[in-house]
Amino acid sequence: MTETSAPAPRSAWRGLIGFNLLTAIVLGIGGFFFGAWIGGKMAVGHDYLIGTDQNDVGIFMGFLFGTIGWLAGLGFFNYPLARLAGRPPLDWSSEDEMYVVPDATIRQHEGGIGRYFRLTTDHKVVGIQYFFGVGIFFFIGGLNAMLIRTELLTPHEKAWPAGQYISLVGLHGTMMIMMTSAFILGPFGNYFVPLMIGARRLAFPRIEALTFWLVPLAGLVLLSAIAWNGFPTGWTGYAPLADQARAGMDAYIFAFILIAISLTLVGINLLTTILTMRAPGLTWSRLPIFVWGVLATAFLMALAAPVLVAAMLMGMMDRAANTSYYLASGGGSPYLYENLFWFFGHPEVYILALPGFGIVLEILPVFSRKPLWGYRLAVAGMLGVAFLSFMVWQHHLFVSGINASLRPFYMLTTELISIPTGFIFLIAMGTLWRGKIRYTVPMLFALAFFFNFLIGGLSGIFLSDVPSDVTTHGSYFVMAHFHYTIMGGLVFAFFAATYYWLPKMTGVTLDERLGKIHFWLMFVFFNLTFFPLFAAGFLNMPRRVSTYAPHLQTLNDFVSASAYVLGLSMLIFIGNLVWSLVFVRQPAETNPWHSRSLEWQVATPVPVHNFDRIPVITAGPYEYGVPNAPPVADFGPGAVAVAGK
Amino acid sequence: MIDVAGRRVSRHGVQIVAIWAVLTAIAVPLIVFVLGPHLPPGRMSAEASDQTDANTVLTALMAPIILIVAIQIVYSLVVFRARGDAIEDGAPIRGHDPTVLAWIVLTSVIVLALAVWGSYTLVQSARGAGGGQGPSPADLPKGGKTPLPIQVIGQQWAWTFRFPTYKAFETRQLELPVGKVIAFHVTSIDVTHSFWAYELGVKADAVPGVDNVAFVTPRKLGRFTIRCAELCGLWHGHMALHGRVVSASDFDTWVAQQKAANAQIIPDLGPYQRVYFPEPKHRAG
Repeated sequence: MTETSAPAPRSAWRGLIGFNLLTAIVLGIGGFFFGAWIGGKMAVGHDYLIGTDQNDVGIFMGFLFGTIGWLAGLGFFNYPLARLAGRPPLDWSSEDEMYVVPDATIRQHEGGIGRYFRLTTDHKVVGIQYFFGVGIFFFIGGLNAMLIRTELLTPHEKAWPAGQYISLVGLHGTMMIMMTSAFILGPFGNYFVPLMIGARRLAFPRIEALTFWLVPLAGLVLLSAIAWNGFPTGWTGYAPLADQARAGMDAYIFAFILIAISLTLVGINLLTTILTMRAPGLTWSRLPIFVWGVLATAFLMALAAPVLVAAMLMGMMDRAANTSYYLASGGGSPYLYENLFWFFGHPEVYILALPGFGIVLEILPVFSRKPLWGYRLAVAGMLGVAFLSFMVWQHHLFVSGINASLRPFYMLTTELISIPTGFIFLIAMGTLWRGKIRYTVPMLFALAFFFNFLIGGLSGIFLSDVPSDVTTHGSYFVMAHFHYTIMGGLVFAFFAATYYWLPKMTGVTLDERLGKIHFWLMFVFFNLTFFPLFAAGFLNMPRRVSTYAPHLQTLNDFVSASAYVLGLSMLIFIGNLVWSLVFVRQPAETNPWHSRSLEWQVATPVPVHNFDRIPVITAGPYEYGVPNAPPVADFGPGAVAVAGK
Repeated sequence: MIDVAGRRVSRHGVQIVAIWAVLTAIAVPLIVFVLGPHLPPGRMSAEASDQTDANTVLTALMAPIILIVAIQIVYSLVVFRARGDAIEDGAPIRGHDPTVLAWIVLTSVIVLALAVWGSYTLVQSARGAGGGQGPSPADLPKGGKTPLPIQVIGQQWAWTFRFPTYKAFETRQLELPVGKVIAFHVTSIDVTHSFWAYELGVKADAVPGVDNVAFVTPRKLGRFTIRCAELCGLWHGHMALHGRVVSASDFDTWVAQQKAANAQIIPDLGPYQRVYFPEPKHRAG
């Protein structure tokens, strides 16, 4: 479909025909119904399906063929099929686009908004696709939270029937944890890692495109669960309940498989990029700390996410092929699922947290105008957290009855994680010390990260201590704890990164006053929403219930009211985004924060090829205040580097 | 400012430590003596008592840690803020090895102490701390007393209780004799639930095919709340009821009453087993 001749100006409707999102949706839906039909044929005559009104084989086959249709519609098979047929490829690699095919280079620019809806191997376009793609799912998950809090205004089912409430809880959790696993690595990892290490692209650009396009597909598959009244298991999908559930569970399982594949590939891609494609002179001790955070996270993704695929495939077979991996009555064990799930699930928590560490540590030196205090300690902290996160998963199962004698071991490993996490705090304290601190919006979000994560992390000590965990396990205490670490950590770090880097990504400055209103509303009402929930957990309120003790109503009403204002703060952010990006469009400076880091030394907007010549790195990125510090990189003869100051 | 050894000490450091010491001296007693008595799960059983102690100690420990980090950061934010619009650089300090060493030693000591103390409470003092320990519990109750076994059967969406030492009668209410060691044998006949007796400090997952044992020794008479702590489907939030801790003689009366009240259904119950697999064995639908 890609024309190799000189492109003539095309009319708007011609742009819709070709390999793009629209074709992907059409072929995806077509593929689903084709697959469901085949699956229906396959399942005919199996006695365990007789007398039921639901054919999981058909649904899974539908999702499988829908996925194939989606990828074909986006053009993912063009390249391999052309090469198999011995023909020149129909599309071009990112380097071809830069150098070999001038037309394609032109198309990258004249494509305008259309290129965000196509398969593209430009890491900067993929970064922006991720930003808006994941952002949309984050917004849907947030809306679910508002609906959940509406139900909890009263101690009995009122706003939603019990079944809908459980589905909302499951959809909120799954949307947030599953879709936002790449909340930072997707947008900012893809966009800025090549810029920060002096590369022109990621190691596997075509795989990079695949990792993004699996995310909206997984989101759509997950949302299709609504058509079957959702799924009753929450985001953890515990096994006997999942086996009992209706077809919405199939959507959950398939969506999680897609996301896990995407995460594995993101991990492998970024690992390879950082290990092999650093510019000359970029030694390990000069690597920006954000890239270290990405490296640690990528390592977790590549090792943990495949376990989830295995867990989900077994669940899929239990549902569709009548196996009994997780069914005790058939000789299996629910513990198998719990172990596999949390063996993925706990590293997953750090997949969410570690990029946040990287971002805030990247931002603190810039706005303190000081070198990062204890650089090596920061690296050790992040790698230590990543390493330990594989040894703690059974603290989710302290009262499950499995391996009770091993509980002191998991108590120890869990508490050990607070040592490397403590490093991160020490580094923040050291970096701020005797700096010249400027309160910009990204800095405010980064500082709030430390406050929230301090409370979130320390509340985790209660859950790691078995006697205390017997009280708090499965209660709202846990819920408050992980919202403090994930929302207070990851989401605040995401906004820090957004306000920090969006001027480079879009070439447009965000409104600072709206940014500060957004920050203060979000920070204050985040704490007012989640801190009281520690008390709710202590006062015997289990998670995921729509019915609670009447004397907890005042507390819950207060939380709901705060949650609405928290939701409002997100609307202010969206307002800021639309106002600044669509209406005002005040062009951003090349280096508005006066940062020394390499990504701020390239022009805004970033050229397609990033660097005219691969730069030679001559100094670390945090040499603020160091007398006679050389510029961070040598861009070659004739290049005018933007000074760090 | 000069310290006792005659070295120069940072004025900022002294101020931070002073603020921290004052606030910690206020916060810790407040937590221990004012908040402590209200911390869950109370003192209704030996196990609950140990959990309350754990919660009190941990909450009190939070105060100095949060305070030192928060005070240092807020102090820096105020004192070291940039004045004016000119971009100036701060002092190029890259680290301070003695501080790093002290921090690592201090956090390691706290963490290891917590782990040792937690393990001691779990294994030696609280004997499992009221948590589910699986079919062959390692941490047995003190004194070698024979516990009273009570089977807790979770099902969607109710709890039933079975008393194997009383001809395995079954009931939907729960009363416990005070002062006696109870062994809850928690299991499920459909999906995973979690038996949470809040004031007693008992939490044990009800997993199909598993006999999950949790011990408790009630010490006070009174009412306790039972809830399900693991999402089990539609009416998960409704798996709640109240149980009571009563005197030994009241308990015997209650058992006799319950046996009489449930006399009709007892012949229809299957024999007592550690786990149950009701038909159909595979999922429907």
